[in-house]
Amino acid sequence: MSVDLTARLGPVELANPVLAAAGCAGAGRELAQFFDIARLGALVTKSIMAQPRSGRPTPRLAESASGMLNSIGLQGPGVDVFLQRDLPWLLSRGARTIVSVAGAHTGEYAEVAARLSDAPGISAVEVNLSCAQATERERTFAAEPEAAAEVVASVVAAVRPDLPVIAKLAPDGADIVEVARACVSAGAGLLAMINTIPGMVIDTTTLRPGLAGSTGGLSGPAIRPIAVRCVYRVHAALPDVPIIGIGGVQTGQDALEMLLAGASAVGVGTATFRDPTAALRIQREIEEGLAEREISRLGDIVGLAHRPEGAAGLIRTRSRRAVAFD
Amino acid sequence: MRTIKPVQMRSPVLTVRRVDTYHAITVVAPGVAERFRAGQFVAVAVGGDTSSMLARRAFFIHDVKPDYGGTVEFVFEVRGRGTSWLSECRSRDLLDVTGPLGRPFPLPRDPVNCVLVGDGHGASPLFPLAHTLRRRGCRVDFVLGAAGAQRVFGALAARRVGETATFATRDGSLGLRGRVTDALPQVIEDARADVVYGVGPLPVLRTVTAIAAKYGVPAQVAVEERMACGIGLCMTCVLPVVGDDGVTRMLRSCVDGPVFRGEQVRFDDVGTIPFDALGAPGWKARPDDSASTEIGQ
Ligand SMILES: Cc1cc2nc3c(=O)[nH]c(=O)nc-3n(C[C@H](O)[C@H](O)[C@H](O)COP(=O)(O)OP(=O)(O)OC[C@H]3O[C@@H](n4cnc5c(N)ncnc54)[C@H](O)[C@@H]3O)c2cc1C
Ligand SMILES: Cc1cc2nc3c(=O)[nH]c(=O)nc-3n(C[C@H](O)[C@H](O)[C@H](O)COP(=O)(O)O)c2cc1C
Ligand code: FES
Repeated sequence: MSVDLTARLGPVELANPVLAAAGCAGAGRELAQFFDIARLGALVTKSIMAQPRSGRPTPRLAESASGMLNSIGLQGPGVDVFLQRDLPWLLSRGARTIVSVAGAHTGEYAEVAARLSDAPGISAVEVNLSCAQATERERTFAAEPEAAAEVVASVVAAVRPDLPVIAKLAPDGADIVEVARACVSAGAGLLAMINTIPGMVIDTTTLRPGLAGSTGGLSGPAIRPIAVRCVYRVHAALPDVPIIGIGGVQTGQDALEMLLAGASAVGVGTATFRDPTAALRIQREIEEGLAEREISRLGDIVGLAHRPEGAAGLIRTRSRRAVAFD
Repeated sequence: MRTIKPVQMRSPVLTVRRVDTYHAITVVAPGVAERFRAGQFVAVAVGGDTSSMLARRAFFIHDVKPDYGGTVEFVFEVRGRGTSWLSECRSRDLLDVTGPLGRPFPLPRDPVNCVLVGDGHGASPLFPLAHTLRRRGCRVDFVLGAAGAQRVFGALAARRVGETATFATRDGSLGLRGRVTDALPQVIEDARADVVYGVGPLPVLRTVTAIAAKYGVPAQVAVEERMACGIGLCMTCVLPVVGDDGVTRMLRSCVDGPVFRGEQVRFDDVGTIPFDALGAPGWKARPDDSASTEIGQ
């Protein structure tokens, strides 16, 4: 059975629903050594800031069970080098490119977004709202509906009207449904969730925090149930807003969970560190998973988990085909 | 810019053997073996497909052979859960391996005198280097050390391959009592060294670099920073390195290293972001200097 994997995300249509999540695929060069990056649904870049940034001190990584904590601190070359060196290369490889933007304050987000607006070939801009607000320390933009909406509005105002804006949300802070609503009202056409969740490990040998930055962001399968719940709740509240589901997706089955919860596509982050070709494998596994359930179009599975119990008639797995008796 | 493209493969384990306190695993990995140059490493996924350990583990390549299309051997000591799982691997198990990774040891153009310094498992990548250097007509002298004799890796081989082999152990059970760096100055003098290659913990590499500098010879050192991917994606493995242009950058040791010129590594600042590093807090781009805004390669 042939399956149509086209991911329809409102203004953005992708050939398949598996994206490389921000900060886990660099700007594509490293992954291109292992496979043709044009085969990704899209590549979301490392979050770009106005200036070059050296990030946080090491150690930046601590493994935990089924998860990892990172405190990279958005090390990156800045928007100028990105536009000169990275973006043209990505586009020359035929990669669908979504550019993630970050900032310490609303003005920086807008500044970076404005620079991107003139660059041809970008499929969307993703707003990484998990940056600490320069004024409030500790608090991220994503943690407060008003702060998130202000950033999104400034990015929407800064880019060409036809360039879709994705708001990337996080589960800590204010209720994610409220933040989602605020971002959509501010002009975000799509939502992505979730970013990493703050966490901490303590090294029992040195008796000190295991990361130089004390706290880090938890990612990987350990956060998947949290991500699925976020997608589920936001899809229930805003059924017409396309969602990119991110958080611990390692297999096609994990991706199906996200789609069932209401995501129209998935982002793969941490899994790429262990398996550079994870995104392609997950694509294949989604296709197999849909075929097994006799679903011919990806879109047909989006949000299915929201239907009341007993209404599952549409879905049959080959192994458990419905049998009628007289 | 990297010239050698790494591969990812499911490699059958050929042999697992004990070498004193170390384990040596040989896998069949033709793509890795054929591209390998000394100083490069492999990154191994540990714990099986549904593992709760998400970061790959990095190991220097100790040896490659043409058997079975190409085999790769790495040597390790058990540290934590990942290496403990690896030590339980048996012949015919499959290991998910990426490699060869990183920038190899630069080789001298002329047949010069080379001193190879290895602390603990750091001796492992020095053997393929020694063979290459010998083939180029270089003189090779070894300085190997560890806490005790059992943990000095490759003492026999060093005696065989090297012009001389000098040992240093902290407990005095083999060779000099002390550290490899205590033995190094004499070896540099006796061998009339033109270059020093070093692998080991950062404090050792810092001292190796300082000693080499005192004798006016270059040091090429291979660092071991914590890694998750080994291929340049995650940015966990950075350390401050001064470029030829005098600018300090936080470079990824998995792709820009693991081998660096010793004097370019800011050893005293590892674990910090030096205030003058490119993109450090408060750092400002000089308007006339667009080239310096490159981070990494
Ligand atoms: C380029 C490179 C080459 C290496 N070559 C060798 C080698 O040839 N032989 C050898 O015995 N060891 C080598 N190491 C160190 C080896 O990678 C670690 O001992 C191993 O990752 C420990 O894993 P674990 O799960 O047993 O330990 P745990 O302590 O449980 O590991 C927890 C986490 O910390 C990381 N980690 C812990 N110690 C180190 C370390 N010293 N360096 C890097 N990451 C670490 C692990 O990768 C993991 O993510 C090398 C490291 C690097 C970066
Ligand atoms: C090392 C690392 C770097 C990341 N960098 C970014 C980033 O620059 N911008 C961003 O929006 N998210 C970033 N993320 C978050 C991921 O895109 C993703 O939302 C999160 O890790 C959860 O997905 P995962 O479990 O598949 O990794 C990063 C995550 C990791 C692990
Ligand atoms: S280990 Fe991931 S970038 Fe170096």
